[in-house]
Amino acid sequence: MLRLSLNGNEHRVTLKNPVKISSTLADLRPGQSGTLTTLDLPAGDAQRLMELGFLPGSVIVAARSAPGGDPRVYRVEGTEFALRGDTARQIHVDASTVARAAEEDR
Amino acid sequence: MSATHECAGCPVASLPVVGPHHRLVGLVGPPNSGKSTLFNRLTGLRQKVANYPGVTVEERRGRARLDSDTEVVLIDLPGVYSLTPRSEDERVTRDVLAGEMEGQRRPDAILLILDSTNLKRHLVLAAPVLALGLPTLVVLNMADELESRGGSVDPAALAGQLGAPVALVSASKGEGIQTVLDFLDGAVGVPRAMDLPTLADIPRCRQWAVGVGDRAGYAAPAPPLWTRRLDAVFLHPVAGPLVFLAVVVAVFQTIFSAARPLMDLVDAGIRASGAWVGALLPASALRSLLVEGVWGGVGSVLVFLPQILLLFLFIGLLEDSGYLARAALIADRTMRKAGLQGKSFLPLLSAYACAVPAVLAARTIENKRDRIATILIAPFMTCSARLPVYTLIIAAFIPERPILGPFLGTRAAAMLGLYLLGFLAAFGTARLLKSSVLKSDGSPFLLEMPPYRRPTLRQVVLRMYDRSKIFLRRAGTVILGVAIVLWVLAHLPLSAGQMPAIGNSVAGTLGRALEPLVRPLGFDWRIAIGLVTSLAAREVIVGTLGTLYGMDAGAGTAGLQTALRHDLTPGGAVALLVFFAFAMQCLSTVAVVRRETGGWRWPAIQFAYMGLLAYSGAFVANRVVTMLLS
Repeated sequence: MLRLSLNGNEHRVTLKNPVKISSTLADLRPGQSGTLTTLDLPAGDAQRLMELGFLPGSVIVAARSAPGGDPRVYRVEGTEFALRGDTARQIHVDASTVARAAEEDR
Repeated sequence: MSATHECAGCPVASLPVVGPHHRLVGLVGPPNSGKSTLFNRLTGLRQKVANYPGVTVEERRGRARLDSDTEVVLIDLPGVYSLTPRSEDERVTRDVLAGEMEGQRRPDAILLILDSTNLKRHLVLAAPVLALGLPTLVVLNMADELESRGGSVDPAALAGQLGAPVALVSASKGEGIQTVLDFLDGAVGVPRAMDLPTLADIPRCRQWAVGVGDRAGYAAPAPPLWTRRLDAVFLHPVAGPLVFLAVVVAVFQTIFSAARPLMDLVDAGIRASGAWVGALLPASALRSLLVEGVWGGVGSVLVFLPQILLLFLFIGLLEDSGYLARAALIADRTMRKAGLQGKSFLPLLSAYACAVPAVLAARTIENKRDRIATILIAPFMTCSARLPVYTLIIAAFIPERPILGPFLGTRAAAMLGLYLLGFLAAFGTARLLKSSVLKSDGSPFLLEMPPYRRPTLRQVVLRMYDRSKIFLRRAGTVILGVAIVLWVLAHLPLSAGQMPAIGNSVAGTLGRALEPLVRPLGFDWRIAIGLVTSLAAREVIVGTLGTLYGMDAGAGTAGLQTALRHDLTPGGAVALLVFFAFAMQCLSTVAVVRRETGGWRWPAIQFAYMGLLAYSGAFVANRVVTMLLS
C-alpha cells in the first residue's frame, strides 16, 4: 500500500489483484486516511453527507468504532460522524491516497 | 468578550414592531452548535413547548427581557445542516424562515448560531440563511473552547465577508450574551446583498465557506485532546462495553433504589394532605370525590415524579456530556437486530421507569420511521407502574422457594421472567413493524460525535424542569379527568341518597357486563373492574381490588392476597400477569403518543395491538397453566 501511495495511480492497473485495493471508507483501517472520490448513494443521501463535509476531494480519517467494528467513526475536517458499514462501503476513496493519518489526526 | 462586530456599509434598519406583536426572532443553527443552550440562556424559564401543527416537530418559544424593558419572542428552530427540506425538521425551519408556516408569522430577525470550533463546516449554512435577506446576527458560539484549543478568528473581518454583524459568545458560560441582547434591542443591519452560492451546489458552497473562513483569518483549533483520550476508553473494544454496562446499571439502580425513599415521601405527603382535607370536610359525596378521586388519582401520578426527575437528570448529563452519542454508537449493533438504531436505546431504557418520558425522549431520533417504531414498542418495557401489580400477584400465588441457592428464588425469577416477557414483546413488535409498515427508507444511519463537554447545572436543571412540566401537564390532566370519571362510575347511582357499594355501582355493573369477556382469561367481575380503573395508571388496580374486597388501603396487601387466592385460580393469576405485561393500560401514554406522533392513528393502532396481544397472551397463559396443574 505504501508503494502505491508513492508511485501514484498508474500502478493500479499493473497490480495482479486489484480487488484487494483499499477503495471504500469501510476498507480504511483505524488511523488511516484517504481522499474521497465518489459517493455511490441515492442523490438525497449523498447530498446530506456532502453537506457534512463528505465531499469529493475531502480527506477522511477512520477513527474508533463500536465493538465489532460497526458502526465506525469517521473524521472529516475535525468533526466526527459515525456511519454504518453498509453506508461506508458505498463511499469510495482514492486507493493511492490511503495512508497513515497525521499524528494529531489519529 | 467584545461587542458586536458590525459590517461596514451594511444598511441599517430598525427591527419592525408590528402592532401589538413583540419582535419575533428565529434561532437557526446546525445540530450541536449550542443553539438550545443560547436559547435557554436568553429566555431562562420563560419558555413554552408545543408542536407545530400536523408534524411531530417540537416548537420551542421563549421570551427574552431586554435592557429597554421590552421583550422579544424567540423561536428555537430545529437544528439543521441545511435549508434543503429533506427531513421534517428541515422543512419546519425552512417554512418558518420563509414565512410559509401555517399560523406562524415570519420572524423579524434571525440569530444564526454557528460552532466557532467547526466554523468552516458550519459556515455552509450561512449562505442560504443570509440570502433570506432578514436582519441577521451571526453568533459564533463556543468562543471559549476555540480560544482554549488555540484557534482564532477575526470577527470584524468575518462580518465584512458575510455582510452581517458577527458576535463571539460562549452560551454555556454566558460570555458575550450582552451583545446578543443589544442586537435584539437595537437597530440592526439587513445583510448586505452578497454573491452567495446556492446550496444545491454543495461543492461551491463549501468552497465559498472555506474562502470566507480564510479571509476572516480563521485558524481552526487543535483537535480536542481530551475527547480523544476519553474515547480511547469509552470506545475501547473491551473497556467501552463495560463502561456502557456500568452506566446502564447506575441509571437503573438510581431510578429504582435511590428514588424509592423519595417516592415514599411523596406518597406519605399525598396521603397526609388527603387525610387533612378529608378531616376538614363533612362526610359527603364531595369529600369522597376530592379525597379518593382527585387526591388519589393525581397522587398516583405525582408519586412517580421523583423517578422521572432523576431519569431526566441522567438523560441531561448523558446528552450534555457527549456520552450519549457514544452509548448510541455502542448500542447500534444490538438495536439493529430489532430493526432499530442506536438512538432508540435511550428512550427504551427510560421506558423501564415510565413510558411517558420514554416517548418524549424519542424526539432525539431524527429518522421518523425509527422514532415511531421506538414510540410504539416503548410501553412494552416493564415500567414502574406495573411493579405493584406484579408484586401483589406474585406474592399471593408464587411460594418463595430457592432456585439457585440464596441467589435466585422463585419470586425473583417470576419477576425477571416478566421483564423478559415485555422485552421480547418489544423486540418482536419492532421486528414486525420494521419489516412491514415502518420499513426503513434506506436513509443512512448518521450520528454526529460531539466533543465531550462538562454539563452545566443550569442547562441540566432547565431541562429537568421543562420535561417534568410536560410530564405533569400531560399525565396529570389525563389522570385527573380519568380519576373523576372513574370516581363517578364507582359511586353512582345513588340509592336513597346513599352512595352504593362499588359492586352495585355503574363500575360494578360494567364489571359484571365485562365478565363474560374476561372469563376465558380466568378473571371474575372484580378483576374486570380493576382492568377498567387501571386504565388511569396500572397500579390503580391494587387500590380498586382493595376497595372491592373492603380492605383498608393503609392495611397493606396481606389481606388482599388471601382474598385473591380465594377468588382467582393460579391460571387466572398468571393470565393477569401476562395481561399487564402486554396491555397498554395507561391513558397518559396514549395521550403523549398522540401528541408526539401528531394524531390519533398511531396511538389507536398501538392500543388495539397491545390489547389484542394481552388478551390472547392471557388466554393462552390461563389455558396452559390450568392444564399443567390439573
